[in-house]
Amino acid sequence: MQKVVSPEHLFFEAPREQVFITGSEAVREAVRRANVDMAISYPITPQSESMHLVGDIFKEGYIREYFRGENEFAVMSAVAGASMGGVRVFTATGGPGTLRAFELFSTWSGARLPIVCAFMTRGVNSPLTIQPDTIEMSYLLDTGMIMLHAENAQDLYDYLLKAFPIAEQTEVHIPVGVFADGFFVTHTRENVKVAPVDIKLPPYNAYSAPVPVMDMENVPFRQMRDPFVMKSNYVSYAAHASWQQEVMAAAERARPSISSYLGGLLEVENADADILIITSGTAVSIAREAVAQAKQEGFNVGLVKIKCIRPFPTEEIRALTKNAKAVIVPEFNRVGWLAKEIKSIIPDNDKVIGAPRVFGGMTMPTQSILAEIRRCQA
Amino acid sequence: MSQEYQVLAGPEGYLPPAAAVMGVELPKTGEALVEGSLVSDTEALHKIADKLLSAKNPFFFPGPLLLWAWKAGVAERAQAVRDLADAVGAGVIPMPDYRPKYPMINPAIEINPNHPNLTIWHNKIDVCVFVGVHCHYANIALKIIRGGTSCYTIALCGEAGHEDAMISLRDVNLAKIQELTAIVMDKKRQIAGGGK
Repeated sequence: MQKVVSPEHLFFEAPREQVFITGSEAVREAVRRANVDMAISYPITPQSESMHLVGDIFKEGYIREYFRGENEFAVMSAVAGASMGGVRVFTATGGPGTLRAFELFSTWSGARLPIVCAFMTRGVNSPLTIQPDTIEMSYLLDTGMIMLHAENAQDLYDYLLKAFPIAEQTEVHIPVGVFADGFFVTHTRENVKVAPVDIKLPPYNAYSAPVPVMDMENVPFRQMRDPFVMKSNYVSYAAHASWQQEVMAAAERARPSISSYLGGLLEVENADADILIITSGTAVSIAREAVAQAKQEGFNVGLVKIKCIRPFPTEEIRALTKNAKAVIVPEFNRVGWLAKEIKSIIPDNDKVIGAPRVFGGMTMPTQSILAEIRRCQA
Repeated sequence: MSQEYQVLAGPEGYLPPAAAVMGVELPKTGEALVEGSLVSDTEALHKIADKLLSAKNPFFFPGPLLLWAWKAGVAERAQAVRDLADAVGAGVIPMPDYRPKYPMINPAIEINPNHPNLTIWHNKIDVCVFVGVHCHYANIALKIIRGGTSCYTIALCGEAGHEDAMISLRDVNLAKIQELTAIVMDKKRQIAGGGK
């Protein structure tokens, strides 16, 4: 029997026990405390184990409903239906699974559904790969969802739990994707501090939603959220445009709660350094080691860990990079979507170095970041 | 991005930006928004009363959350809004649901969030009050109204408020509606008596 406590108590006040678990097990522990009504699964490497473990806690009575869908598109559609019906839902996917379900992510945002989804990122075909890669995050940047990027299993546990109250605020009420680099986070064990198992988040209150709960039989909600696609006229265009603006506004409104729960959209070490390394996900851990080594060599280097990709910490990064001589952006993908984001918001963006980039399944050697630092100083 | 974007009566043109994207933040408990700036709840109540009493043709637009007695307390709030509209001398046009109405709604008796301009233009409404409308649909409509009409918009929100209204209260409950009615009545007495 779990006791409902406030999010603040669960996140910040309750004593925590340290456990040695994988990222997939961290997902299980977050969902165990999240008061989830329904979880729907479909396997895809490297995500499969997390929803398998969520199934285990369904059997233990922590989740009210759990089943496997026909495929990722079906799962994300079923999740949408459950959320429209007014319950708290959770699912997870990754890589090709993300792409197979892609249409639904924009649909979730447009329908103002506060779904929480874990994305265990991996390379996308072709050629076939199951190795770590964050390229799917590039594709998801403009779906309207909030995007949090975990560095490690601790972040994954914390961000997933915090995603629910962030997503479910009336003024926000859009999906949150919590991203973790596949294998690096999902399949390795780390020390993770978790809250007591006998407490959980308050239940989702569908009656404060900014849209009606989808109940076709009862007033006042016997009404459809009709699409405008069948009409071609000025009124339809204006309504559709205003609708999309409202979804973007919803993400903006999430900034205060993300900041409050995550301690800011980013965190900084040595903010006034000549050379700043800005990155997200597991690249932060590698960059942190590279910064330590670079300091021993006498370089004045700082590290910026971006925790929230959408909404993007635009003003924070503008302020941080104003006096930096060089900005290095290491990434686990070939397109360099984070470097592009940073280049798009600062005026003197020729100082942004989109390197090193690692993809195809390789790890990112610390030396590859050190080499960029040395090159800046040369 | 401007930090000083003002949410003013339009017409602002096709696709005015969402005020939240322009840096307007929602009020905290005890606060309200007036034209994009944070003020005290009390100051906003007086501004609403002034706007309503100086309007030529004010109208209330009650939405589904107020039109149906779907939970305890709603009928009392609906009656309080009716009393407020009567105190102002305002008309009432309901927003019964959110489906786009085709081929055409009857703008004399109904408003719809997807084409609110039709009702405002038809009835020559210069000040309107949204109340009991789900927040998503209120925001859609408020932007369209700001874009295409000169109507002054007020939102009495039971949740966190609306940046896209010219005046917005948050956490509006029965007591808050009755407080606004009392302020309106008091101001009317002052006007009738020639006082300030």
